[in-house]
Amino acid sequence: MLVKVVSKNFDIPNSHKLEVAKANGRYSSIEKLFSMQPDDVTDQVTKSGLRGKGGGGAPCGPKWKLMPKDDPRPAYLIVNGDESEPGTFKDRQIFQYDPHLLIEGIICSSYAINAHDAYIYVRGEYKWFIDRLNEAIKEAYDAGIIGEKVMGHDYRMDITVHRGGGAYICGEKSALIESLEGKRGHPRLKPHGKECEWFFDNPATVNNVETIATVPFIVENGYEAYTAYGTEKSPGTMLFAMSGPVKNPGVYELAFGNKMIDVINQIGGGMQDGKKLKAVIPGGSSCPILTASEVEKAVLDYESMWDIGSTLGTGGMMIIDDSMNMVDVAKNLIEFYHHESCGQCTPCREGCGWIDKILAKVLAGEGTKKDLETILDVCDTMNGKTICVFAPAVKDIIKSILIKFEDEFIKEIK
Amino acid sequence: MSKFKYTPENEAKFQEQIKRYPNSNSMMLPALWLVQEQEGWVSPDAMIFVADKLNKTPIEIYEFATFYTMFNLKPIGTYHIELCKTLSCMVMGSRDLKKFIKDTIGIGPGETSEDGLFHFSEVECLGACGGAPMFALNGEYHENQSIDSLKKVIEECRDASKSSK
Repeated sequence: MLVKVVSKNFDIPNSHKLEVAKANGRYSSIEKLFSMQPDDVTDQVTKSGLRGKGGGGAPCGPKWKLMPKDDPRPAYLIVNGDESEPGTFKDRQIFQYDPHLLIEGIICSSYAINAHDAYIYVRGEYKWFIDRLNEAIKEAYDAGIIGEKVMGHDYRMDITVHRGGGAYICGEKSALIESLEGKRGHPRLKPHGKECEWFFDNPATVNNVETIATVPFIVENGYEAYTAYGTEKSPGTMLFAMSGPVKNPGVYELAFGNKMIDVINQIGGGMQDGKKLKAVIPGGSSCPILTASEVEKAVLDYESMWDIGSTLGTGGMMIIDDSMNMVDVAKNLIEFYHHESCGQCTPCREGCGWIDKILAKVLAGEGTKKDLETILDVCDTMNGKTICVFAPAVKDIIKSILIKFEDEFIKEIK
Repeated sequence: MSKFKYTPENEAKFQEQIKRYPNSNSMMLPALWLVQEQEGWVSPDAMIFVADKLNKTPIEIYEFATFYTMFNLKPIGTYHIELCKTLSCMVMGSRDLKKFIKDTIGIGPGETSEDGLFHFSEVECLGACGGAPMFALNGEYHENQSIDSLKKVIEECRDASKSSK
């Protein structure tokens, strides 16, 4: 069931060191890369069907094509390593076990979009991983892999790690750029038409760490090798993270299309002794929750997850057992969102606060049925009326818990 | 005029990093991280220093620093325990660890122990859900924790403090 595309070197001792990384295939795509035209690289990535692994699932190749051609301004690649979605802890595996794969991916991706400067924005809490990444980048500079020439080729490549400050919203790409520009991480208004991102008014592309780390495989082996994995509409693989009371929590690379229950039982080892599966939040805390019976039917690819009313998100499966009170679960999550709302849009800032207070009242035994109606009303008021998708995400998770586990909320109220 | 100054090493790091961005505004986070790594917190005086370096007003630095929760805007204890409270850690027992900290050190979220040794923060997801429950001690991750392992870490901090006196 497990496959090795991005995670190929994770289990090799000292895989983060340049010497070991090179001995195990890192930077082997670079010669082929420079034998191709940048547009050919983009074309391969487009045909591979590679999608953004940071939660949104947007196709990577078409995103690169949004970069303007023949623009005299410098272009930038910004790698999103903010990884702050609860339940998601996959990108840190790349930082820890294969940072040179990320550097190689940055070279390939930058060449495709004609960028010479890349910034890796990493959440501030990942200090240890930032240090490891910086060590790898220094090794790459010292070895002439990056710098004025990339491995002897006439292409400059500079990579800088930018440490975040603990704001979840900076995982949203436009908020990330705002933060990188030295401002509060407030998401930007989106343009009507599709266009690239803008970093100090220069064209930029933002991609997730795992997305970038997948590119060398496609460059080296061709898009067909990648589409050999997964399903027709969701080709390839993903680093799925599993947390909660299963026997083997962790990060596992799988092709798209596996049954969720098989992954939980065969890879995760099933539930810990004495615990029974009650629910799963499938792809980070903002994806609508699945009941145990829905988990039996769930298939881990984008289309299948939409078909059962949820989303694949980051692939971070949060397992919940039958000892948990689902009102408590909802309260825990709304505390997160209340704390992390950037405060820019009133429906989000105030809505999160209202739901948080109402759920506290319900848990204190002072709630009424009207309060539950108010929560649903606030969810609908938040949805679609804000600059970014933070508020719709809150609506998705809170509403799904309330509707699917309504009996537990009823038990708590007067 | 600020009394705060970077150490020569940090000043060199600042000068090296500012060259890597197309606009010095990008130095806001790196400049404040250098302050916090040097002092343990970001004082108003240090904010004035950063403002001068980046051609900003002090209020701009303050507005920025208050948005990012990892900057300590007042001094904290020697050992900063950041306990993750978000869902997977809650499901796996983080509340027991919180109670243990209250019972043994006597501090709740946002508080510093009377001897100044410990500061306790209850934080939102630290991206270690597979190792839940977890906490960070001065930024170093401790995953798959239990009351026994937390007790051991607290005792080690106390022993280290005694031996350094």
